[in-house]
Amino acid sequence: MIKFENVGLRYGMGPEVLRDVSFHVPKQSFQFLTGPSGAGKTTLLRLLFMSLRPTRGLITVFDKDIATIEVSELPLLRRRIGVVFQDFRLLDHMTIYENVALPLRVRGREEAGYRSDVLELLKWVGLGDRLHALPPVLSGGEKQRVAIARALIDQPEILLADEPTGNVDTPMAKRLLRLFLELNRLGTAVVIATHDLGLMDQVEARRMILSEGQLEIYE
Amino acid sequence: MRPMAPIVPRSGVATQALILVIAIMSFLSCLTVGAVSLVNKSATTWQSQISREATIQIRPGDGRDMSAALDAARAAALRFEGVRDARIIGNEETIALLEPWLGSGLGLEELPVPRLVVVTIDETAPPDFEAMRGAIREAVPYASLDDHRAWVDRLVGMARTMTFIGVSILGLVLAALVLTVVFATRGAMAGNQHVIEVLHFIGAKAGFVARQFQMRFLLSGIWGGMIGGGTAIIVFFLVNWWAARNIITPEGEQASALFGDFAIGAAAYGGVVAVIVLVGLLTALTTRLTVLQALRDIDDRRADPGRLD
Ligand SMILES: Nc1ncnc2c1ncn2[C@@H]1O[C@H](COP(=O)(O)OP(=O)(O)OP(=O)(O)O)[C@@H](O)[C@H]1O
Ligand SMILES: [Mg+2]
Repeated sequence: MIKFENVGLRYGMGPEVLRDVSFHVPKQSFQFLTGPSGAGKTTLLRLLFMSLRPTRGLITVFDKDIATIEVSELPLLRRRIGVVFQDFRLLDHMTIYENVALPLRVRGREEAGYRSDVLELLKWVGLGDRLHALPPVLSGGEKQRVAIARALIDQPEILLADEPTGNVDTPMAKRLLRLFLELNRLGTAVVIATHDLGLMDQVEARRMILSEGQLEIYE
Repeated sequence: MRPMAPIVPRSGVATQALILVIAIMSFLSCLTVGAVSLVNKSATTWQSQISREATIQIRPGDGRDMSAALDAARAAALRFEGVRDARIIGNEETIALLEPWLGSGLGLEELPVPRLVVVTIDETAPPDFEAMRGAIREAVPYASLDDHRAWVDRLVGMARTMTFIGVSILGLVLAALVLTVVFATRGAMAGNQHVIEVLHFIGAKAGFVARQFQMRFLLSGIWGGMIGGGTAIIVFFLVNWWAARNIITPEGEQASALFGDFAIGAAAYGGVVAVIVLVGLLTALTTRLTVLQALRDIDDRRADPGRLD
Protein backbone atom coordinates (compact mmCIF):
# COMPACT_ATOMS: atom_id res chain seq x y z
CA MET A 1 0.00 0.00 0.00
CA ILE A 2 2.87 2.36 0.88
CA LYS A 3 6.35 1.64 -0.36
CA PHE A 4 9.71 3.30 0.41
CA GLU A 5 12.72 2.66 -1.78
CA ASN A 6 16.12 3.98 -0.69
CA VAL A 7 14.57 7.02 0.90
CA GLY A 8 16.85 9.62 2.44
CA LEU A 9 15.87 12.82 4.19
CA ARG A 10 17.69 15.75 5.68
CA TYR A 11 16.27 18.94 7.11
CA GLY A 12 17.97 21.84 5.36
CA MET A 13 21.74 21.56 5.60
CA GLY A 14 21.52 19.31 8.66
CA PRO A 15 22.64 15.68 8.88
CA GLU A 16 20.63 12.97 7.18
CA VAL A 17 17.84 12.00 9.55
CA LEU A 18 16.94 9.00 7.41
CA ARG A 19 19.38 7.10 5.22
CA ASP A 20 18.57 4.51 2.59
CA VAL A 21 15.28 3.49 4.14
CA SER A 22 13.33 0.82 2.25
CA PHE A 23 10.19 -0.96 3.39
CA HIS A 24 6.67 -1.80 2.43
CA VAL A 25 3.48 -1.38 4.43
CA PRO A 26 1.12 -4.05 3.08
CA LYS A 27 -2.66 -3.89 3.21
CA GLN A 28 -4.17 -4.82 6.57
CA SER A 29 -0.76 -5.11 8.21
CA PHE A 30 0.07 -4.12 11.77
CA GLN A 31 3.45 -2.74 12.76
CA PHE A 32 5.27 -0.77 15.37
CA LEU A 33 7.79 1.89 14.48
CA THR A 34 10.27 2.40 17.25
CA GLY A 35 13.66 3.79 18.10
CA PRO A 36 15.23 6.23 20.52
CA SER A 37 13.95 9.75 20.84
CA GLY A 38 15.14 11.86 17.95
CA ALA A 39 15.70 8.81 15.76
CA GLY A 40 13.27 10.09 13.15
CA LYS A 41 9.99 8.33 13.89
CA THR A 42 7.89 11.45 13.44
CA THR A 43 9.87 12.31 10.34
CA LEU A 44 9.16 8.90 8.84
CA LEU A 45 5.45 9.24 9.60
CA ARG A 46 5.41 12.65 7.96
CA LEU A 47 6.92 11.10 4.86
CA LEU A 48 4.24 8.40 4.94
CA PHE A 49 1.64 11.10 5.24
CA MET A 50 3.04 13.24 2.43
CA SER A 51 3.64 16.23 4.63
CA LEU A 52 7.32 15.95 3.72
CA ARG A 53 8.96 15.06 0.47
CA PRO A 54 12.11 12.91 0.61
CA THR A 55 15.49 14.33 -0.28
CA ARG A 56 16.31 11.10 -2.09
CA GLY A 57 14.55 7.91 -3.04
CA LEU A 58 11.11 6.91 -4.15
CA ILE A 59 7.86 6.83 -2.17
CA THR A 60 4.70 5.31 -3.59
CA VAL A 61 1.41 5.84 -1.77
CA PHE A 62 -1.58 3.88 -3.04
CA ASP A 63 0.44 3.08 -6.17
CA LYS A 64 1.18 6.73 -6.91
CA ASP A 65 4.66 8.16 -7.02
CA ILE A 66 4.31 11.16 -4.71
CA ALA A 67 7.21 13.02 -6.33
CA THR A 68 5.26 13.50 -9.54
CA ILE A 69 1.70 13.64 -8.25
CA GLU A 70 -0.52 16.67 -8.86
CA VAL A 71 -0.94 18.87 -5.79
CA SER A 72 -4.70 18.73 -6.29
CA GLU A 73 -4.68 14.94 -5.90
CA LEU A 74 -3.06 15.04 -2.46
CA PRO A 75 -6.22 15.80 -0.46
CA LEU A 76 -7.93 12.76 -1.94
CA LEU A 77 -4.97 10.52 -1.00
CA ARG A 78 -4.83 12.02 2.49
CA ARG A 79 -8.49 11.19 3.01
CA ARG A 80 -7.57 7.53 2.83
CA ILE A 81 -5.00 7.94 5.61
CA GLY A 82 -5.82 8.61 9.25
CA VAL A 83 -3.21 10.42 11.32
CA VAL A 84 -2.83 10.88 15.05
CA PHE A 85 -0.32 13.66 15.61
CA GLN A 86 2.09 13.53 18.50
CA ASP A 87 0.79 16.97 19.56
CA PHE A 88 -2.87 16.09 18.71
CA ARG A 89 -3.69 19.26 16.74
CA LEU A 90 -7.27 19.58 17.90
CA LEU A 91 -9.14 22.79 17.16
CA ASP A 92 -9.75 24.56 20.45
CA HIS A 93 -12.91 26.36 19.42
CA MET A 94 -14.74 23.15 18.58
CA THR A 95 -16.22 20.62 20.94
CA ILE A 96 -14.99 17.05 21.06
CA TYR A 97 -17.92 15.99 18.93
CA GLU A 98 -17.17 18.66 16.32
CA ASN A 99 -13.47 17.88 16.26
CA VAL A 100 -14.15 14.23 15.57
CA ALA A 101 -16.76 15.08 12.93
CA LEU A 102 -14.48 17.56 11.17
CA PRO A 103 -12.97 15.15 8.61
CA LEU A 104 -16.48 14.21 7.50
CA ARG A 105 -17.54 17.82 7.32
CA VAL A 106 -14.51 18.58 5.18
CA ARG A 107 -15.61 15.79 2.84
CA GLY A 108 -18.94 17.58 2.45
CA ARG A 109 -21.09 15.07 4.36
CA GLU A 110 -24.34 16.06 6.06
CA GLU A 111 -24.42 15.90 9.84
CA ALA A 112 -27.59 13.82 9.90
CA GLY A 113 -25.72 11.08 8.05
CA TYR A 114 -22.79 10.70 10.41
CA ARG A 115 -24.06 11.79 13.81
CA SER A 116 -24.62 8.32 15.19
CA ASP A 117 -21.24 7.09 13.86
CA VAL A 118 -19.44 9.89 15.69
CA LEU A 119 -21.35 9.24 18.90
CA GLU A 120 -20.62 5.53 18.72
CA LEU A 121 -16.91 6.06 18.10
CA LEU A 122 -16.67 8.51 20.98
CA LYS A 123 -18.36 5.98 23.24
CA TRP A 124 -15.87 3.40 22.06
CA VAL A 125 -12.90 5.56 23.11
CA GLY A 126 -14.59 6.30 26.42
CA LEU A 127 -15.64 9.88 25.77
CA GLY A 128 -19.36 9.31 25.29
CA ASP A 129 -20.25 11.66 28.13
CA ARG A 130 -17.92 14.52 27.20
CA LEU A 131 -19.28 15.37 23.77
CA HIS A 132 -19.53 19.09 24.37
CA ALA A 133 -16.30 19.68 26.22
CA LEU A 134 -13.72 21.88 24.50
CA PRO A 135 -10.16 20.55 24.05
CA PRO A 136 -8.46 23.08 26.37
CA VAL A 137 -10.24 21.60 29.39
CA LEU A 138 -9.36 17.98 28.57
CA SER A 139 -6.60 15.93 30.13
CA GLY A 140 -3.73 14.76 27.94
CA GLY A 141 -5.18 11.28 27.69
CA GLU A 142 -8.60 12.59 26.72
CA LYS A 143 -7.11 14.76 24.00
CA GLN A 144 -5.21 11.75 22.76
CA ARG A 145 -8.41 9.77 22.44
CA VAL A 146 -10.15 12.62 20.63
CA ALA A 147 -7.23 12.74 18.21
CA ILE A 148 -7.48 8.99 17.67
CA ALA A 149 -11.22 9.16 17.12
CA ARG A 150 -10.75 11.96 14.58
CA ALA A 151 -8.21 9.84 12.69
CA LEU A 152 -10.55 6.86 12.62
CA ILE A 153 -13.89 8.48 11.89
CA ASP A 154 -13.77 8.00 8.13
CA GLN A 155 -12.47 4.42 8.31
CA PRO A 156 -9.09 5.09 6.70
CA GLU A 157 -7.24 2.37 4.80
CA ILE A 158 -4.20 3.05 6.91
CA LEU A 159 -3.79 4.61 10.34
CA LEU A 160 -0.58 6.39 11.30
CA ALA A 161 -0.33 7.05 15.03
CA ASP A 162 2.54 9.00 16.59
CA GLU A 163 2.97 8.03 20.26
CA PRO A 164 -0.75 7.33 20.67
CA THR A 165 -0.25 6.03 24.18
CA GLY A 166 2.23 8.64 25.31
CA ASN A 167 -0.20 10.40 27.60
CA VAL A 168 -2.28 7.62 29.10
CA ASP A 169 -1.79 5.10 31.91
CA THR A 170 -1.20 1.42 31.29
CA PRO A 171 -4.83 0.24 31.41
CA MET A 172 -5.90 2.97 29.01
CA ALA A 173 -2.91 2.17 26.79
CA LYS A 174 -4.04 -1.44 26.70
CA ARG A 175 -7.53 -0.41 25.81
CA LEU A 176 -6.32 1.81 22.99
CA LEU A 177 -4.10 -0.99 21.72
CA ARG A 178 -7.11 -3.33 21.67
CA LEU A 179 -8.92 -0.65 19.72
CA PHE A 180 -6.11 -0.52 17.15
CA LEU A 181 -6.05 -4.31 16.90
CA GLU A 182 -9.77 -4.48 16.34
CA LEU A 183 -9.49 -1.80 13.74
CA ASN A 184 -6.75 -3.85 12.10
CA ARG A 185 -8.95 -6.92 12.12
CA LEU A 186 -11.58 -4.92 10.32
CA GLY A 187 -9.09 -4.29 7.53
CA THR A 188 -7.14 -1.13 8.32
CA ALA A 189 -3.36 -1.16 8.13
CA VAL A 190 -1.84 0.31 11.28
CA VAL A 191 1.55 1.94 11.93
CA ILE A 192 2.17 2.91 15.55
CA ALA A 193 5.22 4.94 16.41
CA THR A 194 6.16 4.41 20.02
CA HIS A 195 9.07 3.82 22.34
CA ASP A 196 6.86 2.07 24.89
CA LEU A 197 8.39 -1.43 25.07
CA GLY A 198 5.63 -2.63 27.37
CA LEU A 199 3.10 -1.81 24.74
CA MET A 200 4.96 -3.64 21.97
CA ASP A 201 5.46 -6.72 24.08
CA GLN A 202 1.72 -7.24 24.24
CA VAL A 203 1.35 -8.00 20.55
CA GLU A 204 3.14 -10.22 18.10
CA ALA A 205 3.68 -7.69 15.36
CA ARG A 206 6.26 -6.49 12.92
CA ARG A 207 8.74 -4.03 14.46
CA MET A 208 10.49 -1.38 12.43
CA ILE A 209 13.39 -0.06 14.46
CA LEU A 210 15.06 3.20 13.56
CA SER A 211 18.51 4.00 14.78
CA GLU A 212 21.09 6.39 13.43
CA GLY A 213 19.10 6.94 10.30
CA GLN A 214 18.88 3.27 9.38
CA LEU A 215 15.79 1.10 9.53
CA GLU A 216 15.81 -2.52 10.62
CA ILE A 217 12.74 -4.68 10.37
CA TYR A 218 11.94 -7.61 12.65
CA GLU A 219 9.04 -9.67 11.42
CA MET B 1 -28.52 19.45 18.92
CA ARG B 2 -27.07 22.91 18.50
CA PRO B 3 -25.66 23.88 15.12
CA MET B 4 -22.02 23.02 14.47
CA ALA B 5 -19.41 25.57 15.41
CA PRO B 6 -18.03 27.41 12.39
CA ILE B 7 -14.81 25.92 11.07
CA VAL B 8 -13.07 29.27 11.35
CA PRO B 9 -13.22 30.57 14.95
CA ARG B 10 -15.88 33.22 15.24
CA SER B 11 -13.94 36.13 16.57
CA GLY B 12 -10.85 37.10 18.37
CA VAL B 13 -9.27 40.40 19.28
CA ALA B 14 -7.63 40.44 15.85
CA THR B 15 -11.02 40.13 14.13
CA GLN B 16 -12.49 42.94 16.20
CA ALA B 17 -9.46 45.09 15.45
CA LEU B 18 -9.94 44.25 11.78
CA ILE B 19 -13.57 45.38 11.90
CA LEU B 20 -12.61 48.59 13.70
CA VAL B 21 -9.81 49.43 11.27
CA ILE B 22 -12.04 48.73 8.30
CA ALA B 23 -14.80 50.86 9.84
CA ILE B 24 -12.49 53.83 10.36
CA MET B 25 -10.98 53.61 6.89
CA SER B 26 -14.41 53.23 5.28
CA PHE B 27 -15.65 56.24 7.24
CA LEU B 28 -12.77 58.40 6.00
CA SER B 29 -13.23 57.17 2.44
CA CYS B 30 -16.96 57.92 2.56
CA LEU B 31 -16.34 61.42 3.91
CA THR B 32 -13.92 62.03 1.05
CA VAL B 33 -16.48 60.74 -1.43
CA GLY B 34 -19.06 63.12 0.11
CA ALA B 35 -16.70 66.08 0.01
CA VAL B 36 -15.70 65.46 -3.59
CA SER B 37 -19.30 65.11 -4.67
CA LEU B 38 -20.19 68.32 -2.81
CA VAL B 39 -17.42 70.31 -4.45
CA ASN B 40 -18.26 68.90 -7.83
CA LYS B 41 -21.92 69.71 -7.45
CA SER B 42 -21.24 73.25 -6.19
CA ALA B 43 -18.93 73.91 -9.08
CA THR B 44 -21.64 72.87 -11.50
CA THR B 45 -24.11 75.14 -9.72
CA TRP B 46 -21.87 78.20 -9.91
CA GLN B 47 -21.30 77.63 -13.54
CA SER B 48 -24.94 77.42 -14.47
CA GLN B 49 -25.97 80.35 -12.30
CA ILE B 50 -23.43 82.64 -13.87
CA SER B 51 -23.89 81.53 -17.41
CA ARG B 52 -27.60 82.20 -17.07
CA GLU B 53 -26.99 85.93 -17.16
CA ALA B 54 -25.18 88.52 -19.21
CA THR B 55 -24.96 92.25 -18.64
CA ILE B 56 -25.03 95.22 -20.95
CA GLN B 57 -23.17 98.15 -19.54
CA ILE B 58 -23.76 101.68 -20.81
CA ARG B 59 -21.18 104.25 -19.92
CA PRO B 60 -22.45 107.73 -19.25
CA GLY B 61 -21.15 110.61 -21.28
CA ASP B 62 -21.83 114.22 -22.04
CA GLY B 63 -25.11 114.78 -23.67
CA ARG B 64 -26.05 111.16 -23.82
CA ASP B 65 -29.66 110.27 -23.39
CA MET B 66 -29.27 107.44 -20.94
CA SER B 67 -32.84 106.18 -20.86
CA ALA B 68 -33.10 106.11 -24.65
CA ALA B 69 -29.80 104.24 -24.83
CA LEU B 70 -30.96 101.72 -22.23
CA ASP B 71 -34.17 101.10 -24.14
CA ALA B 72 -32.33 100.72 -27.42
CA ALA B 73 -29.83 98.27 -25.95
CA ARG B 74 -32.58 96.26 -24.32
CA ALA B 75 -34.54 96.10 -27.55
CA ALA B 76 -31.42 95.02 -29.45
CA ALA B 77 -30.77 92.24 -26.98
CA LEU B 78 -34.36 91.03 -26.95
CA ARG B 79 -34.32 90.52 -30.71
CA PHE B 80 -31.97 87.58 -30.25
CA GLU B 81 -33.06 84.02 -30.02
CA GLY B 82 -31.99 82.47 -26.73
CA VAL B 83 -32.64 85.63 -24.75
CA ARG B 84 -35.43 85.09 -22.28
CA ASP B 85 -35.64 88.51 -20.80
CA ALA B 86 -33.78 91.79 -20.52
CA ARG B 87 -34.31 94.05 -17.57
CA ILE B 88 -33.10 97.60 -17.10
CA ILE B 89 -31.70 98.20 -13.66
CA GLY B 90 -33.53 101.34 -12.56
CA ASN B 91 -31.98 104.42 -11.07
CA GLU B 92 -32.98 103.57 -7.55
CA GLU B 93 -31.65 100.06 -7.84
CA THR B 94 -28.36 101.23 -9.29
CA ILE B 95 -27.88 103.57 -6.37
CA ALA B 96 -28.76 100.77 -3.98
CA LEU B 97 -26.14 98.59 -5.64
CA LEU B 98 -23.48 101.23 -5.19
CA GLU B 99 -24.39 102.38 -1.72
CA PRO B 100 -22.45 99.70 0.12
CA TRP B 101 -19.28 100.90 -1.55
CA LEU B 102 -19.80 104.63 -1.72
CA GLY B 103 -22.10 105.31 1.24
CA SER B 104 -25.39 107.14 1.05
CA GLY B 105 -26.12 110.79 0.77
CA LEU B 106 -23.43 111.47 -1.76
CA GLY B 107 -25.90 112.54 -4.34
CA LEU B 108 -25.21 109.67 -6.64
CA GLU B 109 -27.66 111.11 -9.11
CA GLU B 110 -25.02 113.71 -9.76
CA LEU B 111 -22.27 111.23 -10.55
CA PRO B 112 -21.76 109.78 -14.00
CA VAL B 113 -22.61 106.19 -13.09
CA PRO B 114 -22.75 103.46 -15.72
CA ARG B 115 -26.12 101.78 -16.09
CA LEU B 116 -26.89 98.15 -16.61
CA VAL B 117 -29.30 95.95 -18.51
CA VAL B 118 -29.46 92.41 -17.16
CA VAL B 119 -30.08 89.89 -19.91
CA THR B 120 -31.47 86.51 -18.90
CA ILE B 121 -30.29 83.74 -21.13
CA ASP B 122 -31.70 80.37 -22.00
CA GLU B 123 -28.74 78.24 -20.94
CA THR B 124 -29.83 75.32 -23.01
CA ALA B 125 -29.71 77.41 -26.22
CA PRO B 126 -27.54 80.44 -25.58
CA PRO B 127 -27.57 83.23 -28.16
CA ASP B 128 -24.66 84.03 -30.41
CA PHE B 129 -22.86 86.45 -28.11
CA GLU B 130 -20.58 87.84 -30.85
CA ALA B 131 -23.53 88.80 -33.05
CA MET B 132 -25.33 90.21 -30.07
CA ARG B 133 -22.30 92.29 -29.09
CA GLY B 134 -22.20 93.72 -32.61
CA ALA B 135 -25.91 94.49 -32.68
CA ILE B 136 -25.82 96.26 -29.34
CA ARG B 137 -22.79 98.28 -30.28
CA GLU B 138 -24.58 99.31 -33.44
CA ALA B 139 -27.65 100.39 -31.51
CA VAL B 140 -25.69 102.11 -28.74
CA PRO B 141 -22.03 102.76 -29.62
CA TYR B 142 -20.93 103.32 -26.05
CA ALA B 143 -22.51 100.13 -24.70
CA SER B 144 -20.64 96.92 -24.00
CA LEU B 145 -21.85 93.39 -23.47
CA ASP B 146 -20.34 91.21 -20.77
CA ASP B 147 -21.34 87.55 -21.11
CA HIS B 148 -19.37 86.64 -17.96
CA ARG B 149 -17.31 84.33 -20.16
CA ALA B 150 -14.10 85.20 -18.34
CA TRP B 151 -15.75 84.49 -15.00
CA VAL B 152 -17.24 81.25 -16.09
CA ASP B 153 -13.95 80.14 -17.57
CA ARG B 154 -12.16 80.88 -14.36
CA LEU B 155 -14.79 79.13 -12.30
CA VAL B 156 -14.74 76.12 -14.54
CA GLY B 157 -10.98 76.02 -14.18
CA MET B 158 -11.21 76.34 -10.43
CA ALA B 159 -13.96 73.76 -10.14
CA ARG B 160 -11.93 71.37 -12.27
CA THR B 161 -8.90 71.91 -10.07
CA MET B 162 -10.90 71.33 -6.91
CA THR B 163 -12.52 68.21 -8.31
CA PHE B 164 -9.13 66.98 -9.45
CA ILE B 165 -7.64 67.57 -6.00
CA GLY B 166 -10.65 65.89 -4.39
CA VAL B 167 -10.42 62.87 -6.68
CA SER B 168 -6.68 62.63 -6.03
CA ILE B 169 -7.28 62.66 -2.27
CA LEU B 170 -10.01 60.09 -2.74
CA GLY B 171 -7.58 57.95 -4.71
CA LEU B 172 -5.01 58.15 -1.91
CA VAL B 173 -7.58 57.38 0.77
CA LEU B 174 -8.86 54.40 -1.23
CA ALA B 175 -5.31 53.15 -1.73
CA ALA B 176 -4.78 53.42 2.03
CA LEU B 177 -8.09 51.63 2.56
CA VAL B 178 -7.04 48.80 0.25
CA LEU B 179 -3.67 48.38 1.97
CA THR B 180 -5.18 48.59 5.45
CA VAL B 181 -7.80 45.99 4.62
CA VAL B 182 -5.16 43.72 3.10
CA PHE B 183 -2.80 43.96 6.05
CA ALA B 184 -5.47 43.85 8.74
CA THR B 185 -7.01 40.77 7.11
CA ARG B 186 -3.66 39.05 6.93
CA GLY B 187 -3.01 39.97 10.55
CA ALA B 188 -6.32 38.48 11.63
CA MET B 189 -5.60 35.40 9.50
CA ALA B 190 -2.22 34.81 11.11
CA GLY B 191 -3.95 33.62 14.27
CA ASN B 192 -5.68 30.91 12.27
CA GLN B 193 -2.64 29.24 10.77
CA HIS B 194 -3.20 26.10 12.86
CA VAL B 195 -6.77 25.80 11.56
CA ILE B 196 -5.51 25.91 7.99
CA GLU B 197 -2.93 23.24 8.76
CA VAL B 198 -5.35 20.88 10.46
CA LEU B 199 -7.87 21.22 7.64
CA HIS B 200 -5.09 20.56 5.18
CA PHE B 201 -3.96 17.39 6.91
CA ILE B 202 -7.39 15.89 7.31
CA GLY B 203 -7.79 16.09 3.55
CA ALA B 204 -9.61 19.37 2.91
CA LYS B 205 -9.22 20.73 -0.59
CA ALA B 206 -7.69 24.17 -1.02
CA GLY B 207 -10.95 25.63 -2.30
CA PHE B 208 -12.86 24.36 0.72
CA VAL B 209 -10.42 25.93 3.18
CA ALA B 210 -10.40 29.20 1.25
CA ARG B 211 -14.21 29.31 1.21
CA GLN B 212 -14.47 28.90 4.98
CA PHE B 213 -12.15 31.81 5.63
CA GLN B 214 -13.57 33.95 2.87
CA MET B 215 -17.09 33.76 4.31
CA ARG B 216 -15.95 34.68 7.80
CA PHE B 217 -13.83 37.60 6.67
CA LEU B 218 -16.28 38.79 4.03
CA LEU B 219 -18.74 39.25 6.88
CA SER B 220 -16.14 41.11 8.97
CA GLY B 221 -15.36 43.34 6.00
CA ILE B 222 -18.99 44.12 5.27
CA TRP B 223 -19.62 44.74 8.96
CA GLY B 224 -16.71 47.19 9.17
CA GLY B 225 -17.75 48.85 5.93
CA MET B 226 -21.33 49.25 7.13
CA ILE B 227 -20.30 50.74 10.46
CA GLY B 228 -17.97 53.23 8.72
CA GLY B 229 -20.36 53.98 5.87
CA GLY B 230 -23.35 54.26 8.23
CA THR B 231 -21.50 56.77 10.40
CA ALA B 232 -20.59 58.77 7.30
CA ILE B 233 -24.24 58.84 6.22
CA ILE B 234 -25.24 60.12 9.65
CA VAL B 235 -22.63 62.86 9.29
CA PHE B 236 -24.03 63.73 5.84
CA PHE B 237 -27.51 64.02 7.34
CA LEU B 238 -26.23 66.27 10.13
CA VAL B 239 -24.49 68.52 7.62
CA ASN B 240 -27.63 68.76 5.50
CA TRP B 241 -29.73 69.51 8.54
CA TRP B 242 -27.31 72.13 9.78
CA ALA B 243 -27.21 73.71 6.34
CA ALA B 244 -30.99 73.79 6.08
CA ARG B 245 -31.25 75.53 9.44
CA ASN B 246 -28.47 78.01 8.93
CA ILE B 247 -28.97 78.91 5.32
CA ILE B 248 -31.01 81.99 6.31
CA THR B 249 -28.32 83.48 8.52
CA PRO B 250 -25.57 85.66 6.98
CA GLU B 251 -22.90 83.00 7.58
CA GLY B 252 -25.16 80.45 6.01
CA GLU B 253 -25.63 82.66 3.03
CA GLN B 254 -21.92 82.88 2.59
CA ALA B 255 -21.62 79.14 2.75
CA SER B 256 -24.50 78.64 0.39
CA ALA B 257 -23.02 81.15 -2.02
CA LEU B 258 -19.98 78.94 -2.15
CA PHE B 259 -21.51 75.51 -1.89
CA GLY B 260 -24.95 75.96 -3.38
CA ASP B 261 -27.65 74.45 -1.23
CA PHE B 262 -25.02 72.41 0.62
CA ALA B 263 -27.04 69.26 0.11
CA ILE B 264 -24.97 66.11 -0.14
CA GLY B 265 -26.36 64.41 -3.16
CA ALA B 266 -27.30 60.95 -4.28
CA ALA B 267 -23.83 60.48 -5.78
CA ALA B 268 -22.32 60.59 -2.31
CA TYR B 269 -24.72 58.00 -0.97
CA GLY B 270 -23.98 55.84 -3.98
CA GLY B 271 -20.30 56.30 -3.21
CA VAL B 272 -20.85 55.05 0.34
CA VAL B 273 -22.51 51.90 -0.94
CA ALA B 274 -19.68 51.42 -3.43
CA VAL B 275 -17.10 51.77 -0.63
CA ILE B 276 -18.88 49.12 1.46
CA VAL B 277 -19.05 46.70 -1.45
CA LEU B 278 -15.41 47.37 -2.33
CA VAL B 279 -14.31 46.73 1.25
CA GLY B 280 -16.27 43.48 1.44
CA LEU B 281 -14.90 42.15 -1.83
CA LEU B 282 -11.39 43.23 -0.96
CA THR B 283 -11.46 41.48 2.38
CA ALA B 284 -12.78 38.29 0.85
CA LEU B 285 -10.25 38.39 -1.97
CA THR B 286 -7.32 39.04 0.39
CA THR B 287 -8.48 36.19 2.58
CA ARG B 288 -8.67 33.83 -0.35
CA LEU B 289 -5.23 34.73 -1.63
CA THR B 290 -3.74 34.49 1.88
CA VAL B 291 -5.27 31.06 2.50
CA LEU B 292 -4.16 29.73 -0.86
CA GLN B 293 -0.68 31.12 -0.22
CA ALA B 294 -0.61 29.47 3.21
CA LEU B 295 -1.63 26.13 1.70
CA ARG B 296 0.97 26.50 -1.03
CA ASP B 297 3.54 27.20 1.69
CA ILE B 298 2.63 23.97 3.44
CA ASP B 299 3.07 22.09 0.19
CA ASP B 300 6.34 23.90 -0.58
CA ARG B 301 7.72 22.81 2.77
CA ARG B 302 6.85 19.34 1.67
CA ALA B 303 9.16 19.90 -1.24
CA ASP B 304 11.88 21.50 0.83
CA PRO B 305 11.95 20.19 4.40
CA GLY B 306 14.75 22.60 5.22
CA ARG B 307 12.26 25.44 5.24
CA LEU B 308 10.32 24.00 8.15
CA ASP B 309 11.80 26.14 10.86
N1 LIG C 1 11.49 20.64 11.29
C1 LIG C 1 12.71 20.22 11.58
N2 LIG C 1 13.77 20.95 11.22
C2 LIG C 1 15.02 20.52 11.50
N3 LIG C 1 15.27 19.39 12.13
C3 LIG C 1 14.23 18.62 12.51
C4 LIG C 1 12.90 19.00 12.25
N4 LIG C 1 12.07 18.05 12.74
C5 LIG C 1 12.86 17.13 13.28
N5 LIG C 1 14.15 17.46 13.15
C6 LIG C 1 15.29 16.65 13.61
O1 LIG C 1 15.18 15.37 13.03
C7 LIG C 1 15.52 14.37 13.98
C8 LIG C 1 14.37 13.39 14.09
O2 LIG C 1 13.27 14.02 14.66
P1 LIG C 1 11.87 13.28 14.90
O3 LIG C 1 10.92 14.25 15.42
O4 LIG C 1 11.52 12.57 13.65
O5 LIG C 1 12.27 12.24 16.04
P2 LIG C 1 11.34 11.20 16.82
O6 LIG C 1 11.92 9.87 16.57
O7 LIG C 1 9.92 11.41 16.44
O8 LIG C 1 11.58 11.65 18.32
P3 LIG C 1 10.56 11.51 19.57
O9 LIG C 1 10.56 10.10 19.96
O10 LIG C 1 11.20 12.38 20.60
O11 LIG C 1 9.25 12.02 19.11
C9 LIG C 1 15.79 15.08 15.29
O12 LIG C 1 17.22 15.18 15.42
C10 LIG C 1 15.22 16.43 15.10
O13 LIG C 1 15.98 17.39 15.78
MG1 LIG D 1 8.23 12.02 17.44
